[in-house]
Amino acid sequence: MLRVKDLTASIGETLILKGVDLSVGAGEVHAIMGPNGSGKSTFAHALAGRDGYEIGGTATLDGQDLLAMKPEARAAAGLFMGFQYPVEIPGVNNMYFLRTALNSVRRARGEDEVSARDFLAIADEAMALVEMKKDFLHRAVNAGFSGGEKKRNEIVQMAVMQPRLAVLDETDSGLDIDALRVIASGVNSLRGPDRSLIVITHYQRLLDYIEPDFVHVLVNGKIVKSGDRTLALHLEEHGYVDFVNDDLRAADRPLSGAAT
Amino acid sequence: MSETLRSIKEMSEASYEYGFSTDLDTDIAPPGLNEDIVRLISSKKNEPEWLLEWRLKAYEAWKTMDEPDWAKLNIAPIDYQALSYWAAPKKKPVLDSMDDVDPEIRDMFDKLGIPLHEQRMMSNVAIDAIVDSVSVTTTFKATLAEAGVIFCSLSEAVQDHPDLVREHLGSVVPVRDNFFAALNSAVFSDGSFCYIPAGVRCPMELSTYFRINSQNTGQFERTLIVAEDDAHVSYLEGCTAPKRDENQLHAAVVELVAKDRSEIKYSTVQNWYPGDENGVGGIYNFVTKRGRAHTDAKISWTQVETGSAITWKYPSVILQGDRSVGEFYSVALSTKYQQADTGTKMIHIGADTTSSIIAKGISDGHGQNTYRGLVKVMRSAKNARNYTQCDSLLLGSDCGAHTIPYIEVKNASAQIEHEASTSTVGEDQLYYCRQRGMTEEDAMSMIVNGFCREVFNELPMEFAVEAERLLSVSLEGSVG
Repeated sequence: MLRVKDLTASIGETLILKGVDLSVGAGEVHAIMGPNGSGKSTFAHALAGRDGYEIGGTATLDGQDLLAMKPEARAAAGLFMGFQYPVEIPGVNNMYFLRTALNSVRRARGEDEVSARDFLAIADEAMALVEMKKDFLHRAVNAGFSGGEKKRNEIVQMAVMQPRLAVLDETDSGLDIDALRVIASGVNSLRGPDRSLIVITHYQRLLDYIEPDFVHVLVNGKIVKSGDRTLALHLEEHGYVDFVNDDLRAADRPLSGAAT
Repeated sequence: MSETLRSIKEMSEASYEYGFSTDLDTDIAPPGLNEDIVRLISSKKNEPEWLLEWRLKAYEAWKTMDEPDWAKLNIAPIDYQALSYWAAPKKKPVLDSMDDVDPEIRDMFDKLGIPLHEQRMMSNVAIDAIVDSVSVTTTFKATLAEAGVIFCSLSEAVQDHPDLVREHLGSVVPVRDNFFAALNSAVFSDGSFCYIPAGVRCPMELSTYFRINSQNTGQFERTLIVAEDDAHVSYLEGCTAPKRDENQLHAAVVELVAKDRSEIKYSTVQNWYPGDENGVGGIYNFVTKRGRAHTDAKISWTQVETGSAITWKYPSVILQGDRSVGEFYSVALSTKYQQADTGTKMIHIGADTTSSIIAKGISDGHGQNTYRGLVKVMRSAKNARNYTQCDSLLLGSDCGAHTIPYIEVKNASAQIEHEASTSTVGEDQLYYCRQRGMTEEDAMSMIVNGFCREVFNELPMEFAVEAERLLSVSLEGSVG
């Protein structure tokens, strides 16, 4: 589904992503972990098409060249990004925003627009996934929302958009354990054979709730280690110390604490 | 929403879609202003002697006055002797029957999206249509008459209800009030007159639609609305003009009289031709609007100003009676080379009077947008309260936003609050919307409309939709 080859991203002279390779198959959940400043968020923004980066390499979604597309075309192709810092849009209510978003991608795909009534059913279902209160639809997008509400709103949006690939950027940051559970359960119910997930996180805690098929460690702009869930558990115990000091050879070395 | 978005797309071809002109056979006075022209206008309209004298007094006053120069506006000199002060479609409509409206005029209004046939009209809105200087038709007259409401052109009111007109004309905006009000008083051509008898809640929205069609003419309408004790009325006005290379002068006066416990809600969607990308052409809009609120009365002004090359306009409320309420909600958009200096005056005279002001200014291109407002609390106004909020949104890097609030308080019990903010549309906001599939233009239009939400919420339903659409169209090409 998603194929990323030698992806680089820089701002001015600073190279942030130094050649990332990643393949995500249909229905798979991949976790990308890494210390602060390793390029995790940049990776998400590079896929979503944020302005301001110099991008190299290739990235395709279902064979379509993502990097050649505007952000809105990438959304129409089925890419969704859950923002680490969701943006406030005062005066625009969530209902209007969500329906515009949904109908924009449907129009771009040549599909019929969703009627007001059908939309309400879709929105109700999406809100129920993360226990969003009923007045949510009439409040302005993220304006005056608590941190937890903003993150839940991202999942509501994901549920409405029904993407092929969702990239969730630190969806767990700033959440207490109850909120984390609610959000994880919302995300889990959106898993399916045709939908892939990339979960970007700093802590393995989230992965207790959203179990990944693959875990990748991103350090200093490169994926230095890939493995299954146990890799995340290792990081939980030992931190990134194995990777940050001498990342280039890290993949070939036994991990700290591993039996020799 | 989808419909709105689609219609924006359709309109992206022509950014000012009302720019056509219609070939009407027009009766037009020679250019220039003198006593004879004032007499000509009065006689064309078959006016009583008192009104002619009133006009002449205004003309004498005007001759001694100078144009106001305190506004933050850069205006090319206006040659008042080069303008024509009277233009009217030649075919005189029979005002009682819709079928007698000149088909060309009817077509023009159809093109503007304002059908004058009652059976095809927006439900529950009565319309007075004014072309150049003359009211061409008023709809739903019979329905209104049943409720005792008078809604007709001011010219008709002068003939049919002279006492009412004489009592109130100039009672809120005196002829010497300012340069443009004096000019209007001397040469005003027509306008709307509304009278709501005591205790009556007007059964429908009243609306006037102004259209400038002729070339080189000034337009000087005058609107007078009187709400007797306990009466309620909601009134809307819309304006458009053809695209022309010359600047055209529009100097209107609106007077509102709200008697005890009455309520007048006055909404404007102003879309006069703003001029082109290089600042050529466009309407000069100098308007004096003021209301007098008696005891427990409420006057509410809502305006959406997207057009005109120059806007000079300060809808105001004299809070004369105790516990009277004044409100001002405004969105002013300046793009291209548009200049807007607009705001309000709230004059607190009665005790326990309250006023609120919400003003939103949007600047783009080379537009200059100034909020200028006065909150004045007289010695007599015990416990007066005012809340003012001025928000400016900057879309480009060559535009300007200015906030000039004046506060004069002569009674220490007053509570005055003023908040102001200036912001830009963030890259983050645009990116967020685009990640959710919206085009950059749709995203921009959504964000700007959100910024104006508090004001649009005050508009009657149909006009809120119209206002959003207008704003989106006016912002075409402002991204990228």
